[in-house]
Amino acid sequence: MKLKFTILILLATGSLLLFPMIGSTDVLNDPAGMEILLKLRIPRVLTAFLAGIALATSGMIFQALFRNPLSTPFTLGVSGGAALGAALWMRFGTATALAGIVGTSLAGFGGALIAVTLVYGLARAKGGFATDTLLLAGVAVNFFFSSLILLIQYFSDAGETFRMIRWLMGGFSVIGFSTPINLSLFVLAGLGVCALLTREMNLLLTGDELAAARGVNVKRTRKLLFFSASLMTGAAVAFCGPVGFVGLMVPHICRKLFGADHRRLFPAVILFGGLFMTVCDGLARTLLAPIEMPAGLITALLGGPFFIWLLVKKS
Amino acid sequence: MNSAIQIKELALKLGGVSILKGISFSVAEGEYISIIGPNGAGKTTLMRCLLGMYVYEGSVRIDGTECSQANSRELAKTISYVPQTHDMEFPLTVRDFVMMGRYPYLSPLAPAQKRDIEAVEKALEVTGTGSFRDRLLRTLSGGERQKVYIAAALAQETPVMLLDEPATFLDWKHQADVMQLLKKINRECGATIVAVNHDLNSAAHWSDRIIALKEGAVLLDGPPAEIIQPGPLKELFETTFIRKETLAPITKKNQAE
Repeated sequence: MKLKFTILILLATGSLLLFPMIGSTDVLNDPAGMEILLKLRIPRVLTAFLAGIALATSGMIFQALFRNPLSTPFTLGVSGGAALGAALWMRFGTATALAGIVGTSLAGFGGALIAVTLVYGLARAKGGFATDTLLLAGVAVNFFFSSLILLIQYFSDAGETFRMIRWLMGGFSVIGFSTPINLSLFVLAGLGVCALLTREMNLLLTGDELAAARGVNVKRTRKLLFFSASLMTGAAVAFCGPVGFVGLMVPHICRKLFGADHRRLFPAVILFGGLFMTVCDGLARTLLAPIEMPAGLITALLGGPFFIWLLVKKS
Repeated sequence: MNSAIQIKELALKLGGVSILKGISFSVAEGEYISIIGPNGAGKTTLMRCLLGMYVYEGSVRIDGTECSQANSRELAKTISYVPQTHDMEFPLTVRDFVMMGRYPYLSPLAPAQKRDIEAVEKALEVTGTGSFRDRLLRTLSGGERQKVYIAAALAQETPVMLLDEPATFLDWKHQADVMQLLKKINRECGATIVAVNHDLNSAAHWSDRIIALKEGAVLLDGPPAEIIQPGPLKELFETTFIRKETLAPITKKNQAE
């Protein structure tokens, strides 16, 4: 276990150091190299790393809350809710630079919270957290939010619409450190709440009744975890778009390697989530260089088949 | 003898429907009781009241603590619960699962203490589950899994253990295994045991006393030999599916003990 963690820490740190160096410009020998490194590459890698942490940890939280390994921000429609919140802010909110960014992420957080409440309510009303119920509820919520986003796009001008479509593909083209700093505030707050509740998440896996009988305040724990996951998903989606399937693949792979006990799973998901997203973004930047693809495309290409495989294996 | 559980005039309405209607009984320390009754009699609701999950009228006290008002961690130090087991999709090991029984004693960030590890080891030993401590819960057979659930409740170190259908879905051999284990916990560890049971044979064979619920009230309360008789059972289940001759040996055996 210790060896596995050491390797993971080395890989995660390595990815943070290595990936800023990779790209179409050789930053060490180019006159504008330092500028590119500081203003583009490092902020981008940091943003990807943080978004990876946020989405992977949210996935892990949702899987414990719904006792279902197929629940993720993306499949539950929570990313969709966050995207709608953020899109509404982009279209109608104030556009002041720093405050604007925080505004978008707060709107994303609000959207995520509404979506997760809706899905939870729907699943509860249908009598449980079975995969088919959750997937259907998620699809329904997603459809609804997507059509509202389309409506917002319809009423936007061509430039705004194009920006929104690019953002919806999910990517990390950021300039300067304001995005990673803003994102880190949300991510740290979410992780902080989650860190205090790892034992509670273990018990939620065994069912609400048993968790309550062991002394967990189930209602309060659920609220705090919904809050934490929505905070992280909301901010990640607002800044980087609804990058899909990270919340599915990362916790799944980590459970295989580190087990389901959240006291070990949680740190593993943080490290691997950051690493995974940084690598995906690195691939997106270099596979078809000089064309840069959105990282969301890579995660979707990997995650789609992965999701189907899990679904088939399950049934 | 002191009472482990005291229930007085317990009443509860859920969604405007009266589920429990003035239930009163007490359970002595070290007693083994089974709660029986037809579906919808209020067995599950009564169980949830004991676990402090509902706000009810009347009084439910375990070791003197009022269940609906107790802090959930404090209550978990007086009563443990073994639910009907179900499939666990997540790869939890037996040891990790049993350690969860220590939750009420653990602080959020500190690791498990020596005391916790000892309690887990003892629970694994008593239940005979130590040999598969590192296996995943989902790879166990039904009987093994039920024992692991009991081990987790045992690690909780409570004076009262509450079980929901402890031997349902198990074959005869494993039913006997699990019931013998409960009897051992009852006799050797001194735990008071309350088991909700659909299986009348098992209730008759293993418990000191049976409480029969019907329509949210206590219909019958007494030793198995009195309750498991064609007359009372007919009144309870409103059907005559019991033949006297199949019951006779069980009740005799119980009387002899």
